[in-house]
Amino acid sequence: MGLGFLHRHRGTTPYLLLLPGLLWLGVFFLVPLGFLVYQSLQSGNFVVGYAFHWAWSNYWDSVKGYSGEFERSFEYAGIATALALIVSYPVAYWIAFRGGRWKNLLLLFIVAPFFVTYLIRTLAWQTILSDHGFVVRSLATLHLVAHGGRVLNTAVAVVAGITYNFLPFMALPLYVSLEQIDARLIEAAEDLYASKLHAFLRVTVPLSLPGIVAGTLLTFIPAAGDFINAQLLGSPTNHMIGNVIQSKFLETGDVPVAASMSFILMAIIVVMVLAYARAVGTEQLTG
Amino acid sequence: MSTVDATLPARPSGPAAAARAWAFVRRHVLTVYSLLFFAYLLLPIGVVVVFSFNNPPGQFNYTWHSFTWNNWRYWNGVPGIQSAIELSLEIALIASLIATALGTMIALALVRYRFRGRAGTNILVFLPLSTPEIVLGASLLTLFLNSNLIGFTIQFGFWTILIAHVMFCISFAVVTVKARLIGFDRHLEEAAMDLGANEWATFVKVTLPLIAPAILAALLLCFAISIDDFVVTYFNAGSDVTFPIFVWGAARIGAPPQVNVIGTAIFAIAVTFMLVNVFLQDRRAKAA
Repeated sequence: MGLGFLHRHRGTTPYLLLLPGLLWLGVFFLVPLGFLVYQSLQSGNFVVGYAFHWAWSNYWDSVKGYSGEFERSFEYAGIATALALIVSYPVAYWIAFRGGRWKNLLLLFIVAPFFVTYLIRTLAWQTILSDHGFVVRSLATLHLVAHGGRVLNTAVAVVAGITYNFLPFMALPLYVSLEQIDARLIEAAEDLYASKLHAFLRVTVPLSLPGIVAGTLLTFIPAAGDFINAQLLGSPTNHMIGNVIQSKFLETGDVPVAASMSFILMAIIVVMVLAYARAVGTEQLTG
Repeated sequence: MSTVDATLPARPSGPAAAARAWAFVRRHVLTVYSLLFFAYLLLPIGVVVVFSFNNPPGQFNYTWHSFTWNNWRYWNGVPGIQSAIELSLEIALIASLIATALGTMIALALVRYRFRGRAGTNILVFLPLSTPEIVLGASLLTLFLNSNLIGFTIQFGFWTILIAHVMFCISFAVVTVKARLIGFDRHLEEAAMDLGANEWATFVKVTLPLIAPAILAALLLCFAISIDDFVVTYFNAGSDVTFPIFVWGAARIGAPPQVNVIGTAIFAIAVTFMLVNVFLQDRRAKAA
């Protein structure tokens, strides 16, 4: 019988299914993290080669020499995440409760930017924000930018670029959690609470919390490690830690220090994510 | 259902037309806002498309000069662009096939079986999704740089890029297929087995056709992520050039309009796939 066959193999089947995929992730994701640490404790340079000797000074050098870039990474990523949340929440709400039969099409619009190569859409922002573009001209007319002032190559452009590029990561989880809310709960709340604002703050927002948590993490994590926006839309004074890691790894060959920076970046993110997960009390992170 | 806009203060009555206009805005403030949001979202895409038809006077394609078809006609007229696209397509095709196969197997194991190490597997699948790309790229680079320790000499290029792409695509494939498997009616499989099909026959004849849409979705997602990836690729490509690496290099000296042509083409193809998918979903929903 078929079921007998199933029982006989129940012990090994899941492991056989897992083996190739987990082996790939193990060898090319987990093991490399070990090598990253190993490399971060080496010294040397591109010409003479690298040797391991517990060079903890790399960590000290990265923190001391590049604290500005580290701070900027988390500052830009934090602001961009907050902006993305504020900007996309009303739209996610609108699609979830008013989208009707257009929902799928509207969601397609939300993910549309992802279909243009990341670098190309960032270059498009370069065009839009350029000194003679209509954005700068309009802002100058409104005296929001000094005449002859610029948006490109400023922190504003970098944060705007990051916000735009990761917006779908925020909007989609928000939509998913808002879509699952039973509209009758909100109606009931509106009957019971005096104002619609209260109903929104006490019912809708808490019920959409899983989406807020997922969206902020999905936005913040890639944003903190990003270097493309700072490179293409900012000036060297706007560089984030990703820019330093990239140039040390691939241009100046200062690999051990770059490895230590990557490790610090990841460690800070892990600590922040754990603290955040504990604060909001969600255990749905791993789905 | 009405919304938060009700908390906006009421305006003192003015001329009737203005009052009516204000009432309209108040009632539709969320809709108006959402439409503005979509305009913002689509603005850079419009710029990419429009500037693919620009005929820039110099090397910088920043300001509109005049209309031309030539960028489309001579899409490969820039040295290196065609080979970069070919490499990207090749990598995306192979990587999405391997990653989807491996990911589907993991998803099946996670949803169908209770086994020791299940929680750990979930975490291992989740981790690459929550690691910044630059860390994924940098750590894989250190593995390859130190591979001589275990007796290998790694040549950076096609294979290192492929390894990297499969690595970061697997988790996306697992998540996509898992979502479909969870809402799956197991009675269909039990029925097949009651009728005498063995485990393998049941899988091929019942399970696989039912999860085929999810497998296709995972394939397309992996393909899209692979062809768009810059960061991890840049760290592990050596001197090989994929399309995003080509764009990065070109951006330093002013990207030619052909870059917009390819960007527009990729966008158009992806949107067509998505529209077909939306259409099919709607039709299926109506049929049900």
